[in-house]
Amino acid sequence: MSAPTLDRPAAASPDETALRQQFEATIAADHRIEPRDWMPEGYRKTLVRQIAQHAHSEIIGMQPEGDWLLAAPSLRRKAVLLAKVQDEAGHGMYLYSAAETLGADRADLTDKLIERRQKYSSIFNYPTLTYADVGVIGWLVDGAAICNQVPLCRSSYGPYARAMIRICKEESFHQRQGYELLMTMMRGTDAQRAMVQDAVDRWWWPSLMMFGPPDEESPNSAQSMAWGIKRHGNDELRQRFVDMSVPQAQALGVTLPDPDLTLDEAGGHWRFGAIDWSELQRVISGQGPCNAERIARRRAARDDNAWVTEAASAYAAKHAS
Amino acid sequence: MHEETVYDALTNAHDDAGHWAFGTGFDDPLAGVDTTVPDGVDPADLGAYCLMLGDDALVLAQRLTQWITAAPELEEEVAIGNTGLDLLGQARLLLARAGSVGVLGRSRSRATESIPDEDALAYFRDADEFRSTGLVEAENGDFGQTMVRLFVASTVRLAVFARLRDSRDPVLAAIAAKGVHELAYHRDHAARWVLRLGDGTPESHRRAQAGVDAVWPHLADLFTATDVESRLAAGGVAVDPADVRAEVRDVLTTVLERATLRVPEWPADAPPRGRTGEHGPERTGLLEGLQGLAREHPAATW
Repeated sequence: MSAPTLDRPAAASPDETALRQQFEATIAADHRIEPRDWMPEGYRKTLVRQIAQHAHSEIIGMQPEGDWLLAAPSLRRKAVLLAKVQDEAGHGMYLYSAAETLGADRADLTDKLIERRQKYSSIFNYPTLTYADVGVIGWLVDGAAICNQVPLCRSSYGPYARAMIRICKEESFHQRQGYELLMTMMRGTDAQRAMVQDAVDRWWWPSLMMFGPPDEESPNSAQSMAWGIKRHGNDELRQRFVDMSVPQAQALGVTLPDPDLTLDEAGGHWRFGAIDWSELQRVISGQGPCNAERIARRRAARDDNAWVTEAASAYAAKHAS
Repeated sequence: MHEETVYDALTNAHDDAGHWAFGTGFDDPLAGVDTTVPDGVDPADLGAYCLMLGDDALVLAQRLTQWITAAPELEEEVAIGNTGLDLLGQARLLLARAGSVGVLGRSRSRATESIPDEDALAYFRDADEFRSTGLVEAENGDFGQTMVRLFVASTVRLAVFARLRDSRDPVLAAIAAKGVHELAYHRDHAARWVLRLGDGTPESHRRAQAGVDAVWPHLADLFTATDVESRLAAGGVAVDPADVRAEVRDVLTTVLERATLRVPEWPADAPPRGRTGEHGPERTGLLEGLQGLAREHPAATW
């Protein structure tokens, strides 16, 4: 599909003024912008950046859990995990397709990921040390993703919003299955319970960081909110996640690693301790435990199989008649 | 769509069991199926036969899973995941069937009682108790070799399953009836890759041919029946693999020729190896990866 907005001149013509008014009216009325509609270049760029980052996160996110596919300790768990990792590949496909409606190209976005010119969620730069990590990723990481993503089902850009509806449905399965695994493990042996607590200790704070920096330090948030790409601030979503997760942790019988966690009776919210933002900065800047490994594997998938992709194109060209 | 509606949809989605790929459900895979062994059938033979078919599926699923996060395209990640899930589903049904007729080998004495039969068999048998063939155990090689192997393995399995739909064992017949649809897709998907790679670029042609040459020797022991297969085939329960040889050869030859690949000389029939427990280091390595965690925590439930 061609993108009608790609080569639009920067200077505003009378035509553009009318188009811009129409765009603003669509946003104001909470209607959807569709691929053929005129849109400001900044809106398009912001969306491409956000959707690509989201797509990359799905694809890189296959790796930490995928590392347990071969060793999953029962055939049912293996099937559940394989289905989940496969769903993530599917999510990546929907999202790259949504980005392509804005004139982006999947192969180009993949190159940008591999060359580290585009980011993915830092949470996937942590290793999965035991099978409990699979459960905790489902419960906390997918839980945080759901908090972040459900509002995106109302995003002002139609293809993105529609992709997110399906993605959120599948994410909610994943969260439930992760939690169910943890419940089963907590009913198991002492060693299994210790594994679950250890995994919660390692993943809790990185999960809180998934919502991004505090609102006052989130430079793009205000514009994204004004354009209806984003619906809630980072801090509001983070609080929503904490309020949701604390009772779940209690039901599970694990301790969240935050001595400052207390219920604010008046407001009904769980107040949590200070987040170590230097840790997030460190991981975002490439110093996390698995950054290099994650990118290396994606690069290998592209480079080692380049001959396959070339063959498929050559075959299609030969037989296109 | 309003946010509230989205949340509602998420809640309701929990009941949408149909969304999940087959085999991921939380129920006993043989629930509701009459597992009575038909008259005149030796349960030990029936169980041993289920292990042959089940182990092939489990081992091939494990091999395909090695491609996850390493495939050439996202579409291929999804397709390989699908194929792996189908095979895993077949393996679970077949291993559970073997367990239900009492064929558990030494596994039951090693696995705690709370571990279901399918897992006792998958995780607590040793390499010499597995009944998979060398064809599915062999290393993946590159993507071309992986697709050639999948093409050959699913062609053989589809031919067997198509006949097993008429098995006198109702469980095997039901598993086969479900499996043929899955296997037809696996065969088609792999065959399309064989065509693309064989008739793609000079490099892909060379690699596809190398894949064919690497896979071909594994055909040697696929079509020689074990004693178990011969007895069960005579009783209308199993398929004598010799009966599918001609069909398999036709399909393989047709696709390879269309893919402009050279069809190697068909290997001479050899006595069954993997089916009788003989194996090389590939099987041992596979089982270490599969079984390590489960064996480390024998009293755990997952």
